[in-house]
Amino acid sequence: MGVGFVILAHKDLDRVAQVAGYWAQNDAPVAIHVDSRAGSQDYADLQAKLEKFTNIRFAERRACDWGKFSIVAATQDAAEMLLEGFPQISHVFLASGSCLPLRPVEELNRYLADHPATDFIESVTTEEVTWTVGGLDLERFTLRFPFSWKKHRRLFDRYVALQRAVGYSRHIPEGIAPHLGSQWWCLTRATLTAILNDPDRAANDRYFRKVWIPDEAYFQSLVRKHGANIESRSLTLSRFDTQGKPFTYYDDHLQLLQRSDCFVARKIWPRASLLYRQFLGAELRPLARLEPNPRKLDRIFARSNDQRLHGRPGLQMQSRFPAGEAWGLRKTCAEYSVYQGFSSLFSNFETWLEKRTGTRVHGHLFHKAEVKFSGGASVYNGCLSNSAKMRDYNPQAFLASLIWNTQGEHQSFQFGPADVQSIGEFIASDPNASVYVVTGAWSIPLFHSSMDFQRVRRIAARYQTIEAEHVRVLKGRHTRAHVRVWSLAEFVEDPMPILQSILDGLDPGASRKLTEVPKMADLTGFGNFVQRLKNEGMNPHSVGDFPLDDLPTSRNTPAKPYVVR
Amino acid sequence: MGALGTYRLRLERKRRLVRSLRKSRELSRVANRTGDIADDDILIFSTVRNERIRLPFFLDYYRKLGVNHFLFVDNGSDDGTREYLESQADVSLWTTSHSYKRAKFGIDWLNALQLRYGIGHWNLVVDVDEFLVYPFCDSRPLRALTDWLDASSVKSFGAMLVDMYPKVPLDEADYVEGQNPLDVAEYFDGGNYSMKRNAKYGNLWIQGGARARVFFPNEPGRAPALNKIPLVKWTRGNVWVSSTHMLLPRGLNLVYDEGGGEKASGCLLHAKFLHSFAEKSEEELKRRQHYANSHEYRAYNKGLKDARTLWCKWSEKYINWRQLEILGLMSKGNWI
Repeated sequence: MGVGFVILAHKDLDRVAQVAGYWAQNDAPVAIHVDSRAGSQDYADLQAKLEKFTNIRFAERRACDWGKFSIVAATQDAAEMLLEGFPQISHVFLASGSCLPLRPVEELNRYLADHPATDFIESVTTEEVTWTVGGLDLERFTLRFPFSWKKHRRLFDRYVALQRAVGYSRHIPEGIAPHLGSQWWCLTRATLTAILNDPDRAANDRYFRKVWIPDEAYFQSLVRKHGANIESRSLTLSRFDTQGKPFTYYDDHLQLLQRSDCFVARKIWPRASLLYRQFLGAELRPLARLEPNPRKLDRIFARSNDQRLHGRPGLQMQSRFPAGEAWGLRKTCAEYSVYQGFSSLFSNFETWLEKRTGTRVHGHLFHKAEVKFSGGASVYNGCLSNSAKMRDYNPQAFLASLIWNTQGEHQSFQFGPADVQSIGEFIASDPNASVYVVTGAWSIPLFHSSMDFQRVRRIAARYQTIEAEHVRVLKGRHTRAHVRVWSLAEFVEDPMPILQSILDGLDPGASRKLTEVPKMADLTGFGNFVQRLKNEGMNPHSVGDFPLDDLPTSRNTPAKPYVVR
Repeated sequence: MGALGTYRLRLERKRRLVRSLRKSRELSRVANRTGDIADDDILIFSTVRNERIRLPFFLDYYRKLGVNHFLFVDNGSDDGTREYLESQADVSLWTTSHSYKRAKFGIDWLNALQLRYGIGHWNLVVDVDEFLVYPFCDSRPLRALTDWLDASSVKSFGAMLVDMYPKVPLDEADYVEGQNPLDVAEYFDGGNYSMKRNAKYGNLWIQGGARARVFFPNEPGRAPALNKIPLVKWTRGNVWVSSTHMLLPRGLNLVYDEGGGEKASGCLLHAKFLHSFAEKSEEELKRRQHYANSHEYRAYNKGLKDARTLWCKWSEKYINWRQLEILGLMSKGNWI
């Protein structure tokens, strides 16, 4: 009683010799099929190396094409050879030339003995399959595939589309329930013999000759007819990447493979000498009865596929440059806040916010003269320069880099109509942005300035136009940022709940009670200032409705401390 | 890109190939050991001028990664570079005293050599101050990467240039022969890069890093390009367009994913900023053999007077490729 191996090989025959020799030496008979396209010298060398083993057979060589029936035929030949030549074997294990045993044959034999009469073969109904390339599952069984998927992809695709369009469908023979699964299985002698000696085998083979990738379908379907006790999983650790190409293991995977407790792994890089040396070397540890446990490796596979398919959101780099829809999805890697008008309204807004929230608060990052980083730094995280020219050369990259470089720390910055405006659309379309705007607040420094009033009026008109355009963008159809806009009049009428709601938004879990409020600018006489602008022919609509006499009720210095409801 | 655009690029590619064949007559053979090259060898192609002191470490670094043969063009060195290279068993060497600039900064020569000797091989085109770092380079030889690229049907591999610099002022950063230059220039800028797509050739145009920050803060548009595609499975008809920043056919430049995913990529650590740099920049300025009228070197020279130190408090100290990956400068893609 024990297992025998079928090896399907097409290159790197020196590694095949090592693995076959290892199994043969440990009393597991081996039947090897080598693709007839492998060099004849290499084949002769392989035979010479394995000559000394009486329990190794070589199947007649066929030319094997990916996705063609020849692979199944080669498997059938080799399996028959094995079953006939070695009556003592109870199971046949199908392996490839790039497989490597991770555990001794004896442990595998014990495992099989512990699961008597069980066929280990991944066999999934076509409805349940999720991993098929090109979305072809049941259609593998019902369409025709005369064109090579690898060499003539376009013809292949068009022919499939044509058949779908005209509603063509092949008849599936009686007794075959379409199932798919990993090519690498371990079947009992009874099941395999029944499949090979099926009275309808000639008809079955004829049918499967035209099924697409029959090596993932032939045994997987027929085992449902002949197998008694199917364990639908493979004993071979073999996983595929996003391109449908098997993951390859290198020397640096040694420990992960050791801890996976899988019996056989595929595929091994042929030059991974350490792996071959370690796993085919003398076994030092005592024999163990362990379930295969590839969970840790599976996590790595999943992460890796995710990185290839989705990447790290908000990162723009040499091999990730999202365009179109993918770019619109997420432009930065973390949330950030933009404050417009607040630093004009409150003289100490930036230090207050930084102190209150423990987050990083910058000045006007898009200031025309230079980048106003927090603390007046000339270089910032990631070596970002405060040069306005460098920032304006690619403002989107500048902002995305800043957010990327400061991961783990919430960034806030001031913005206003005096700044470089080109970043506006980027911010509006970024779901990570929270934008708080007090329109017309830019008028407060003008109100306090001693400039000539004609000049003040001109600047005011310009700022108002710029701000209106910016707010229009923020409120546009494509906006994905979180945007809140108040007019100056609205804001000063009752500023505390607004500030409180901003703080709450920054950190929804924590209740930051507003005990210390920032210092609001003195607005005595501001109403007159607004009226004067109006008298000069301007319409300062953005500041909102200011009464002529004086301020709306200012609650800047509340009689009692503000209490959160 | 329409049919006409594709056709134009095709003509451009042919024109460049013919040009490189014409320019190849400027090369004279010093040592041709290309007969030793085996079918699946990995080859380095490089142009060199007065880099004698850097050569031992350079050759050593790439031999350890598994590069099998080096093909050099020596552009009129007088410091023993030529003699040293000639004596190396895995080096083939050509020499020329013609203009580097008029050979499109050396790429005409390399295009010709690659056409002749590079076809069917993975070709790595690097300068002697550029050190390739790729995912798992500390545990896997370069062949592991090229085998994986072959299996993935990928024909070109991007590796952005990362300018390395010392903490001390440049003229104090002494380098001795055989030393790892990255032990002297061990810092880099971790996150000040910007990129655009080049519509004509399809490549990304990346700028930034220490050179942009220190030498070009007022002219960011003139900062040197950092995008590089140094590792290519060479086939007949491939041709470099501008240094190793881009090549034709155009598909080889698409080393990035536009759907949000990450392709595998590496970095070329650029150990240019050492003690020798100050002297060299003056010499190069006199020769006027570099890109955009040696604007780069002029800016260096100007910059050097003001700021001899590229290091700042946010500079990252180089540890390994995993650090570069975490910073988002390179990616494993779906290579595990």
